[in-house]
Amino acid sequence: MSLHQVTKRYAGQAVVDGLTLALEPGRCHGLLGPNGAGKTTTLRLALGLIVPDAGDIRLLGRPVPREAAAARQRVGVVPQADSLDPDFSVRENLIAYGRYFGLGRREIEARIPALLEFAGLTARAQARVPTLSGGMRRRLALARALVNDPELIILDEPTTGLDPQARHLVWQGLRRLIQQGKTLLLTTHFMEEAERLCDTISIIDHGRIIAAGSPRELIRRHIEPHVVEVYGEGAADWASHARRLCRRCEQAGETLFCYTDDARPLTDALDRRAGVRYLHRPANLEDVFLKLTGRDLRE
Amino acid sequence: MVWRKLAVPSILGNLADPLLYMLGLGYGLGQFLGEVQGVPYLTFLAAGTLAYSVMNSASFETLYSAFSRMHVQKTWDAILNTPLTLADVLLGELAWATSKSVLSGLAILLVIWGLGLYADFGLTLWLLAVVVLTGFAFSGVGLAVNALAPNYDFFMYYFTLFITPMVLLSGVFYPTEALPGWLQTAAQVLPLTHAIALARPLVLGEWPAQAVLHVAALLVCGLAGFYAALVLTRRRLLR
Ligand SMILES: Nc1ncnc2c1ncn2[C@@H]1O[C@H](COP(=O)(O)OP(=O)(O)O)[C@@H](O)[C@H]1O
Ligand SMILES: [Mg+2]
Repeated sequence: MSLHQVTKRYAGQAVVDGLTLALEPGRCHGLLGPNGAGKTTTLRLALGLIVPDAGDIRLLGRPVPREAAAARQRVGVVPQADSLDPDFSVRENLIAYGRYFGLGRREIEARIPALLEFAGLTARAQARVPTLSGGMRRRLALARALVNDPELIILDEPTTGLDPQARHLVWQGLRRLIQQGKTLLLTTHFMEEAERLCDTISIIDHGRIIAAGSPRELIRRHIEPHVVEVYGEGAADWASHARRLCRRCEQAGETLFCYTDDARPLTDALDRRAGVRYLHRPANLEDVFLKLTGRDLRE
Repeated sequence: MVWRKLAVPSILGNLADPLLYMLGLGYGLGQFLGEVQGVPYLTFLAAGTLAYSVMNSASFETLYSAFSRMHVQKTWDAILNTPLTLADVLLGELAWATSKSVLSGLAILLVIWGLGLYADFGLTLWLLAVVVLTGFAFSGVGLAVNALAPNYDFFMYYFTLFITPMVLLSGVFYPTEALPGWLQTAAQVLPLTHAIALARPLVLGEWPAQAVLHVAALLVCGLAGFYAALVLTRRRLLR
């Protein structure tokens, strides 16, 4: 899949703005961005569901949107909303969805045991969708996206709204797909998810890619390796002092984030000071994300 | 396309209402009215009820049910992620709503046959075609209305401002000739009028006058509705 200089405007406002993105086969790619950054719109453009105002899009080698329907034959999609059919059982959801790909009933039924096993829903095959937990629905949506044995799987926020247990189960499933050599494109605003699963990441904001690379590269390139978080009432007073001991310093509420190449002078100083607590940790993707997209709240 | 048939409960629901009207009004009012157009009132009412029931079922299916599949359950979104297109989805909805309305028409037809409310059994077989055509016409129109609807409340307007007046004007309960002239003219553009103009003579044992005109009117209704639905829904969902 590739997008070249793609722009999409709503009411004059560019929601996707000259975006270029190419996926390498067999890899897991993450599209990271705050709410409203244009992630879902990018996916809808790539699937040929909406028409771009400018730019070229290819999906599995076919021009989109012209040949999008044919390209989607080999793509699996896990949408942001589950969109499972509530009147159907788990099994029936899989069968109905397979039919949309023109698969024969026998063919689908032959695939169902493996799909159910993959989703950990074998015991719930006859259960109706409303009786499933959020995590089970998500896993069913994932299994459903595999019914046509896709080459490329597109997932829009696959773990948003799940509890940690359910999230880990979904991650396990995604890892199995990566091992099978599938190409994955997932959007998320969980840094941990991107860091664990993705080979490459594009950080997107206001419809533009503002940074791309592997998680390690992004951290190395965009941020100092050490972070010292300082908490407590004294933290704010200490800020001016901290600025002399580290490269960059950000205050968020009661917490002071110090970014530095060498944490030693900072931690030494903090050890001597009463009334503050601190945490020294390596920089992670979240630090990169916050640096690049800012700490302001997005609705 | 497999909208699986959850038909039985909803058909019963759709059916009870027109059937109660038909039998209640037919027997009740029939006592006072005696004969209408030379037949018992119940027999007169049969054709109107048939068309009315098909219309109702097609409308409910394309409005409330299709809207919930489009917006609430997101079934359409899910399908659009497959190789199918919006035209396929709408065609599926059209076929589904038409077939479901045909089922409710069939149920009324069974009652008509069961109670012997006809003059010539052979002619009543043509009612099957009228039922299909009527279901198609109102499914098409319904999908167009669905494409315009911002929420469920919108459908209430459709029913109170369009369906109900149409039921009163198009000759379900009494011959359109009973209306003042200008209302008769107005009734001529209503699809239900054409459905009844076909169905009633068939029940009463005659071949409908101007059958081609009425058939064409219903076809145009369905096709125009479907085309409008396609254009409007594309604009709505695929921008
Ligand atoms: N059909 C649409 N009409 C108008 N604005 C839209 C439409 N779809 C998305 N937008 C706007 O585009 C922006 C990006 O949306 P989206 O791609 O859903 O963001 P994300 O998935 O990154 O949270 C949002 O501000 C949203 O309001
Ligand atoms: Mg989104």
